[in-house]
Parts: sequence; structure tokens; C-alpha cells
Amino acid sequence: MPVFLTTDVLLYLLLAAVAAFVFYARRKKYLRDPWVRVFRRRSGMIAMVLLSAYVAVGVLDSVHFRPVAGYGPQGQAHYAPQVISVLDWIATPLRKHTEKTYSAPFATRLFVKETVPGPNGKERRIYPRLKWAGAGLAHPRKQELGNVLYLGSVGAVEGLAATALLTLLLAWRLARRREQRWRAMLARILRARTDIPWRAGLLTAAAVLVFVFMCANLSPHYHLLGTDKVGQDVFFEAVKSIRTGLLIGTLTTLVMLPFALLLGVMAGYLRGWVDDAIQYLYTTLSSIPGVLLIAAAVLMLQVYMENHPGLFATTAARADLRLLFLCIILGITSWTSLCRLLRGEALKLREADYVVAAVGLGVSRLRVMTRHLLPNMMHIVLIQVVLDFSGLVLAEAVLTYVGVGVDPTMNSWGNMINGARLELARDPVVWWPLLAAFLFMSVLVLAANVFADAVRDAFDPRLRSGTV
Amino acid sequence: MLAYIVRRIAYAVPILVGVNLITFALFFVVNSPADIARLQLGVKRVTPQMIHNWEQQHGYDKPLIYNGKAHGLETVTDTIFFNKSLKVFAFQFGQSDQGRDISNDIVHRMGPSLALAIPTFIVGIGLNITFALLLVFFRASYLDASGVIACVILMSISPLFYIIAGQFMVGKLMNLVPISGYHYGWEAAKFLILPVIIGIVSGIGSGTRWYRTIFLEEFGKDYVRTARAKGLSEMKVLFRHVLGNGLVPILTGAVVILPLLFMGSLIMESFFGIPGLGAYTIDAINNQDFAIVRAMVFLGSVLYIVGLLLTDICYTLVDPRIRLD
Repeated sequence: MPVFLTTDVLLYLLLAAVAAFVFYARRKKYLRDPWVRVFRRRSGMIAMVLLSAYVAVGVLDSVHFRPVAGYGPQGQAHYAPQVISVLDWIATPLRKHTEKTYSAPFATRLFVKETVPGPNGKERRIYPRLKWAGAGLAHPRKQELGNVLYLGSVGAVEGLAATALLTLLLAWRLARRREQRWRAMLARILRARTDIPWRAGLLTAAAVLVFVFMCANLSPHYHLLGTDKVGQDVFFEAVKSIRTGLLIGTLTTLVMLPFALLLGVMAGYLRGWVDDAIQYLYTTLSSIPGVLLIAAAVLMLQVYMENHPGLFATTAARADLRLLFLCIILGITSWTSLCRLLRGEALKLREADYVVAAVGLGVSRLRVMTRHLLPNMMHIVLIQVVLDFSGLVLAEAVLTYVGVGVDPTMNSWGNMINGARLELARDPVVWWPLLAAFLFMSVLVLAANVFADAVRDAFDPRLRSGTV
Repeated sequence: MLAYIVRRIAYAVPILVGVNLITFALFFVVNSPADIARLQLGVKRVTPQMIHNWEQQHGYDKPLIYNGKAHGLETVTDTIFFNKSLKVFAFQFGQSDQGRDISNDIVHRMGPSLALAIPTFIVGIGLNITFALLLVFFRASYLDASGVIACVILMSISPLFYIIAGQFMVGKLMNLVPISGYHYGWEAAKFLILPVIIGIVSGIGSGTRWYRTIFLEEFGKDYVRTARAKGLSEMKVLFRHVLGNGLVPILTGAVVILPLLFMGSLIMESFFGIPGLGAYTIDAINNQDFAIVRAMVFLGSVLYIVGLLLTDICYTLVDPRIRLD
């Protein structure tokens, strides 16, 4: 039975909007050209491939349903109470393979000693074998390395095969569009003789695919990044956190964009008391330090949720609503800068010849704003949105640490880092949850930053030269 | 100049009123004081009498805006809005929900916050400018390119990692400095050196990159070409002309956050156990002490507005082309 969480629906809407834009922009040269410039840069291409991998995981994790738990006497299905996503379903072994408590990456034994009854009736304190990791091995110490290498290399071969398939597919498509022979096209791609750096993109895709297939092969049999305090697979947690990070980075923008656009254009174009009122609004909001405003709002939300427990059907819905609210409040604190930029641009554009001409021809003010001003400001919006993304992903971790971030039950890098603080104080140190959060988060933020640079350079005519 | 400052201060008043109204709406209209009392006392098994007592103790047992029972001026003054919201304009923050005097706490906690924030800020800016100048001097070379890449990588790492990793490596593995704590007086240096270094390192990526862009923009301007045409050496162009002009946006950008240094850094202070205002705010958030959060929101806004004012004054001082009339 499908379940639609609020954030899921918003994410679908966003994806639909992006898809519609791509479809629309494909045939318009002036819209397509800057994007082609983004992809002509090798760094932009690589970042895009990495981001697509993240988005794919995030989308898989955003299709929720309640699995069938069993069938009644008349054959009607009973649904399980908990909501899972397609990603959960794909990664069922990871989700179900929970150990007792901490275990190190690739370990076959628990991280802490336990008292177990020995063969001769005496109690012994040993590191017990893990329930799932390396379960099929009789002598893990001798066999583990061979087994890991075998499974890993099978994954690598599968990943390379998938890349080869992808390459052929790409060569065939490009060849058909340009009416060339696909072999010639393939040779050009492999020698990097194409306008768009396909080879760099394919190499990145190869790295991603090899990683994915290796993980897919290894993770049912070992805990790649260990297990956490309650024995859950840390690798799985880090993967699940991708959705939270992506949602915070994108939904915040989606929420704030209408306000920033509407108010910014109105302030800049209409001037007068409208301008004064809007300027007053954003100056007031931006003069409250962001963290404090977010903290105050989230605290108040907590009070509200505590006092109205009946509003939320499940814990998932509750966590989801909290995430959405966090996006809204982050949006409220961050729309002001975009609004200010748009107002400045509208002030400039209202004197432009084409706007003056439109006004002279008797075009209504609403139409001037929507048809003449808005489309000519979109590059500013795009640059700002892409630049904000990485900052928002980082902000999630900090806010969660402060205690005003996402719900503690939700998988997020912030929650993982938060827990890691106590784990580092243990002796011996439990370092893998921190490492997992660090790896997954840094790659996403790095890719987003590089992509943002490529987008800014491609779209901002003022900056086109000069910066690297 | 004086007239301008007075006008700017007058202009700040409606903004602060707006901030005040927002916080009032957020803290008292979204949830009634009774809701907050219920949370403070534990949601289950709370009697109306307990809530009433709590409200009375903390001065929340009044109408929100208009008190119909009182007479004369008291209809307006004997309300939550007047007592809890309007009095902050006189910097009377009242008592926290735990019963401590907030103004007193703030004064006491300002010192440690500044002791951490000022060295981080000054050394950080100095280092960032130095690195940015270095990159700009060797612009369009491998050094520049790899420097920019390093900057992007550094700024892609969450500040939390810098703190946790730094604390772990330096404090725990090498045992060089205490991990957390604070001591008043000169002893404080021992506790402050690690957070200061971490604060500088975590800001170096974005800072250097930003300053580099500013300097590069200056390099494209006409006066640089003129200076070179006069036969000045590249060093002289860089330090005399580019640095001088580039400092204008850098300084004005820095002045805005100068007053906010009082507020301290939330995560730094709580990680390193420094009893400053940042840790104070975090503790208040964790204890759900709304009186303190309210006071800090207002204080933060005041300091931000002061920062904006200082920025404008600074502009006139460093850039003779701008005059405030």
C-alpha cells in the first residue's frame, strides 16, 4: 500500500518541475547554452554524475509504502504497521541484519566482551561471533580476507560491465543523433575528443558503479562500516541519511522561492510604499541571527507537538512533518538575501529598453513583471539556489547538534555526528559512525560546491572570465 | 555625520519593534504559557493548579496584551507583552525560567565568549588575507589552481568534523591541551588555544576563496593597468593598489559581524566547555528555557543592527568616494 509523506510529495513536485524545465529548455537555444557550458567543464560533469548518484538514492528512499504482512482468510492483504521505502526494500538484508551492539567495520566478532557459558560449564568472557557478518565462515580469521576479496572483485567486474554497457549506450545515442557510425563515436569518446567531456563523466560513473556493486555484493555478508550502539548497520544509516540531506538542501529552496521571487520583483518594480514595506519585512527578519530564530521556532514546534500528540498518525509522519517545518523555517531565514538581490536586479531592469517599450505599448504591470522581468532574473535565482544547497546540508548537521534539527529518530548525518561525540570518548574508540557520516556528507557537499562553481561561471556573464 | 548616525538609530527602532513583535508572536501566541508550563513540568500528570503555580512564579499569569481587570495605565502595563517583551528595550531581560537573573548572566558570560571569538576573528582574517594574496600573486599557475581546489575541499567539510577531529587528535591522543573547560585570567590561554586554531582552520577555505575573488576582481580594473604602465613592480601593484582597494569590501564585511562576536560561537563553546554566551544559549535550548532564548534573540538583533551602522560609518572612513548625507 503506497504511503505519501508530505516531503515525498514535495520532492516529486520538484522533480516534475525540473523535468518539465529540461523538456522545455531542450529546444530553446538561449536556455540550453549555459547548461551546455556547465557540462563542457570537466569538473561540472564529474560533479553532476556524483550528484545524480546521490539524487537516485534519495528518490529511491522517497517512495514509501507499507509492505504486505500477511493475507487474511478471504485473501485480503494485511499491511505491516511500519512504513518503508523502496530503498529499505532493496536493502532488506542490511535493514534486518542487526547485531547486539558495536562492531568494527568488516569485523566478524562483537566489539565488546560478553560473558558466555563455556563448553565445560564455566563462564568465559570473550568477544562473541556476530550473528550476521561472516556467518557462513567456519574460520573467519583465515577465510575472511579471501571471501571479501572474492565478493569485492565480483562487484568490481559487475560495475565495470555496467559501465561498459553505459558507454555503448551513450555512443549509440550520440552517433544516432549526429548520424555517424557508433564505432567512430565510441573511439571519439574514449579518446576524449568530444565537446562535452563524456570520458570524464564515464570514468566517474565507473567509480560510482564499481562502488555500488561492491557494496551490494559485500554488505549482505559484512558490515562495511561496522554497526552502531544498537547494532544497526552504519553503512545503511549513512545511505539513509542521504534523503534527509537532499531534502533539506532542496525543499528549503522550494519553500522560499515563491516568496523571494514575488516580493523581490514587486519591491523593485512597483517601488513606493510596497518597496518600503517589503524592505522593512526582510530587514527585520534578517536582523535576527539565523540560528537563534531557527532555535526559537523549532522549540516552539516541539512544545506544540508535545501538547498535540494526536495530530500525527505515525512516528514517521511526525518526523517527516518536523523535517518539513525545519525546511520552512530555514527558508524563512534564507529568503531575505535572495529577495534583496532580486529587488536590486528589478530596480536595474525596470529602466531597461525592453521594459520601457513594453510599458509604452500598454502592457499591464502584472504582465511586465511575469513576462519581462522574471525570466530575465532566473539566472540569479539559479546561482543562488545552487550556491545555497551545500550550506544547507552543512547547516543540518550543526542544527541537529544544537538540538533544533531533524527528529532524533530520523536518519541524518547530524544525528550520526551527534552520537559520535560520545563514541569517541569511549575506550577503545568507536570511530566508524563518524567516518561514515564524514565520507558521505563531504562527498555530497564537495560535489555540490564544484557544481555550484560551474553553474555560477556558466550563468553569470560578469564572472565568466577570471576565476578558475 | 552625527545627524546621519541619529537618523540611522531612529531607523533601527521600527526594526527592533518588528523583531520584538515576531518573538512575542512566536513565544506567546503560537503556544500559550500554559503549554510551556505543561512541558516544563512534564506533560503527563499535570494538574491545572500546578500550571497556575508555575505561571504565577514566572510572571506569566497575566493577559497577553490587554488587562481588563486593572485600572488606568495598568491595563496595558500589567500584561505579558509589556513585562516580557517591551522591557527588553531597556535591556531588562528579567529572570530565566530557572529563576536566574539573565542580564547578570549575560554580563558574566561575555568575557569568555570574547576571549574565544576575538583571537579567532583577527588571526583568521589575517591568515585568510595572506593566503588570498599568495594565490593572487601566483594567479593562473598550478599553485593557484591547487590552492583553490584545497579551499573548496576545506570548505566542504562540516565544522563539526574539524572540532571533533581536532579535539580527538590534539586533546586526547597527544594530550597537549585539556579537551574542555575554562579558567578565568591568563590561565585561559591553555583552554582557548585549541578552539581558536580549530575555528581558524574551519574558516580558512571559504575565507581565502572569497578574498581571492575580491582581489582578482580588483586586478581587472583600470587603475591596476595604469599602475603597471607607470612601471611599478608586480609586488608594489599587489600590496599598494590591490590590497588597499580590496580591503574596502573585506573590512566592511568584517565589521558587520564584529558586534556579533559578543554572542559567541554556539558549537565551539559547547564542545569545549567554555562558559560563554554561545554555551549559555545552547544550554537554554536544551533546557527549553524560553526566557533566555527570547533575550538572546533580541540581543542578537540589536548587535546585528549596530554592526550595520558601524559598516556604514566604516565605508565613509575607508572610501572617500562615499559620503553620507
